[in-house]
Amino acid sequence: MQLALRDITKRFGALVANDHISLTVEPGEIHCLLGENGAGKSTLMNVLYGLYQADEGQILLDGEPRHFSGPGDAMAAGIGMVHQHFMLIPVFTVAENVMLGHEATRLGGTLDLDAARARVREISDRFGFHLDPDARVEDLPVGVQQRVEIVKALSRDAEVLVFDEPTAVLTPQETDELMAIMRQLRDAGTAIVFITHKLREVREVADRITVIRLGKVVGEAEPTASNAELAALMVGRAVELTVAKQPARTGDDALVVSGLTVTDAGGQVHLDDVDFTIRAGEVLAVAGVQGNGQTELTEALVGLQQHVRGSIRLDGHELVGRSVRDVLDSGVGFIPEDRQIDGLVGAFSIAENLMLDRSTDAPFVRRGAVQRDALEAFARDRLTEYDVRAPGIHTPVANLSGGNQQKVVVARELSRDLRLLVAAQPTRGVDVGSIEFIHKQLIATRDAGIPVLVVSTELDEVVALADRIMVLYRGRVVGIVPADTPRDVLGLMMTGERPSGVSA
Amino acid sequence: MTLTPQASPAPEQEEAPRTPADGQWHHVMRTVTSGNALVGVLAVVLAVLVGSILILATDAQVRETAGFLTARPGDFLAASRDAIGGAYGALFRGSIYNTRAADFQTGIRPLTETLKFAGPLIAAGLGVGLAFRTGMFNIGGRGQMLLAGGAAGWVGINLDAPRLVQLPVAVLAGMLAAALWAGLAGVLKARTGAHEVIVTIMLNYVAFYLLFYALSSQSILQAPGTVNPKSLPMDQNAVLPKVLGDRFNLHAGFLLALVAVAAVWWLLNRSALGYRFRAVGENPHAARTAGIDVGRTYVVAMLIAGGLVGLAGVNQVLGTVPSGVSTDLDAGIGFDAITVALLGRSNPLGILGAGLLFGAFKAGGFAMQASEGIPVDIVLVIQSLIVLFIAAPPLVRALFRLPTQEAK
Repeated sequence: MQLALRDITKRFGALVANDHISLTVEPGEIHCLLGENGAGKSTLMNVLYGLYQADEGQILLDGEPRHFSGPGDAMAAGIGMVHQHFMLIPVFTVAENVMLGHEATRLGGTLDLDAARARVREISDRFGFHLDPDARVEDLPVGVQQRVEIVKALSRDAEVLVFDEPTAVLTPQETDELMAIMRQLRDAGTAIVFITHKLREVREVADRITVIRLGKVVGEAEPTASNAELAALMVGRAVELTVAKQPARTGDDALVVSGLTVTDAGGQVHLDDVDFTIRAGEVLAVAGVQGNGQTELTEALVGLQQHVRGSIRLDGHELVGRSVRDVLDSGVGFIPEDRQIDGLVGAFSIAENLMLDRSTDAPFVRRGAVQRDALEAFARDRLTEYDVRAPGIHTPVANLSGGNQQKVVVARELSRDLRLLVAAQPTRGVDVGSIEFIHKQLIATRDAGIPVLVVSTELDEVVALADRIMVLYRGRVVGIVPADTPRDVLGLMMTGERPSGVSA
Repeated sequence: MTLTPQASPAPEQEEAPRTPADGQWHHVMRTVTSGNALVGVLAVVLAVLVGSILILATDAQVRETAGFLTARPGDFLAASRDAIGGAYGALFRGSIYNTRAADFQTGIRPLTETLKFAGPLIAAGLGVGLAFRTGMFNIGGRGQMLLAGGAAGWVGINLDAPRLVQLPVAVLAGMLAAALWAGLAGVLKARTGAHEVIVTIMLNYVAFYLLFYALSSQSILQAPGTVNPKSLPMDQNAVLPKVLGDRFNLHAGFLLALVAVAAVWWLLNRSALGYRFRAVGENPHAARTAGIDVGRTYVVAMLIAGGLVGLAGVNQVLGTVPSGVSTDLDAGIGFDAITVALLGRSNPLGILGAGLLFGAFKAGGFAMQASEGIPVDIVLVIQSLIVLFIAAPPLVRALFRLPTQEAK
């Protein structure tokens, strides 16, 4: 069955998540949808699956326009989806999960589990899945659970299979096995849409590649295209962000990180033996595809990570092992990557949010009581200084736009006496005007002689702000290069390849 | 996990609304505790309406006239009016002013009874509400009250000291015992992640049997020479004084509850500690990122919440029932406090109002039964319906055709 999307457009308020996207997937073909996080891939697939209704455009199956008002319609039409987060019931067996939603019953309404078992056996034998229909899903490894998802889709005679970031949860071995399964399905005539942002996987299995960026199709590529070509398409060069800045006047080494290793509670290593130095008055920008250790790096710097080895020295003082409170008090400003979760209390007013990391003593607290006059005066000044567009200082921040919310965070962090500023995704989801303003503030901070670490998945932003660029890949430093390094080299480094002449 | 994701997942773009919530449970709790005041009032109105229907259904006269409704509808309507008017009239006479009394002093007595019942409801409601505001569900009111009663009672019986010493010591001992009991749940949550709902519920049982043991042991609390699980009455020096003279039962416990309202209001709205409570309650992630010790905040909040609930226990043992500690001293207040906190939207002034309303229900419920023969359970049904309607704001909104509130 051939799947064709024609000029699909989906808007959320003012934001255009999908802008006239067209895509054709032939039977027996693996079609890769490649793009950064937030490019609009998942929105597009949710439109296809009937979870969202497109504002414009058509879905065609074998040339026939179809309308899906829900996942049920899409499934009935032969579209199956393997979600990034599995839609399985952990305490049910494989067979029970596979039959869920279209349970076969015998006379009297009892479940026909035998039929479901037989179906599971039949499909898993056909593809060599080795699935036990009576195993409980929660007892199975993640990769096998994913196969249950695949069997579930196939048991409904899906002819188009969508894999939404399927490898995000898999180990490298499981990923290889999944690739083999995808090829097998393709050879059996299934049309496959494979959503990912990992170049290696794309090159391995894709028959055709469509690159999406900021809600638009920016290009199609053959699997023979080089990593550099794909990376350039993916990170794009359409928007030129320029920040007027003087050459950095750098001082002594201010932040010295050595042997920094961060693991999670399960022992998985997210940051592996990272070394770098930032001098006073310098911006070090961290580039990389999301999920390569950036979050862990910034959180480790402010003391939010539990399992940290190595050393982080700020002006000679060790920060590893100290509480978040201590780290902030020693002069570290932190703009977290997700302002709504980590940066702000949505129900609090602007004024209340401005004292969030200074709730113990002067100037906003004296003898246990909040100094409301001081806080309000401070808030009014910041509102003007940082150009926060809001009705007043008592407006809940949840009612502000993304850009204004971010300005509140930036205002709060830059209003303290800083010795280091850590800014993670400082302009994500922020309007262009606010981006410019925030960039100016970051550069002003640098020019005041403060070391600045900026993490961004937008290459444009990295290049605009950086004095030096550090590229992370799978928790390791690929290299630290000058800001004028060509983009294709940076793009390549983001895939983990170290070009000749670049030292780590 | 569901088979088909019916609720649209947030699109991956950042502009889309996202809730910084610890999953479903946190969201539910925020919805329940932060509904707007109008919904609370309407919930009460709805509950009273449904209560009316139940009163009609249980009234013999109404049932009889309903039998010939089509022939003589006037009789049915008159009987219905009498039943509902009589019921709510009795509720009013029992809780605010007895219009049938001979003199003013007798007439106003019901209001003082309402205040007496409201005292512990307000104190315990504050304890539950404060925990709510910090993002915790304190179901342990019962256990906290029982231990508070036990500790206050022990001091009230055994400490031989002048009034100025014995009474304050007894009050503080009760509050301290409850604070530590609740603080235990806070420590377990902060240190091990044990969910406070389960811990506080289980601690209710532990507290109950601890008190039962104490009341069954001659060496601890049991009245000498008896076999019943009950203590001696309080020493006169440890009893909360009557506020309006001996003709009325209203005692100083209500005044303590008022002081607690003011104190909690200041704590939540003006103090740095309360600011951190609210920050942790609204968004623990942001609080942690801003350097607030979330675990310690949970523990401190539970200590204070327990102390407030303890005040309710003290109120019972040293004020309302000074005749001796028993295992039913909590009189269901530990659980009613949850309703009071919900109706008061965890706001001290709201809790004051909700506590007074529930105090009136308690005082008036007995009058309804005594004078009109309406089962006191109807009042309980109305109370329960209030909670049900508060917990379902969309239902209330739909019934009153209010505009639906957009998700923040």
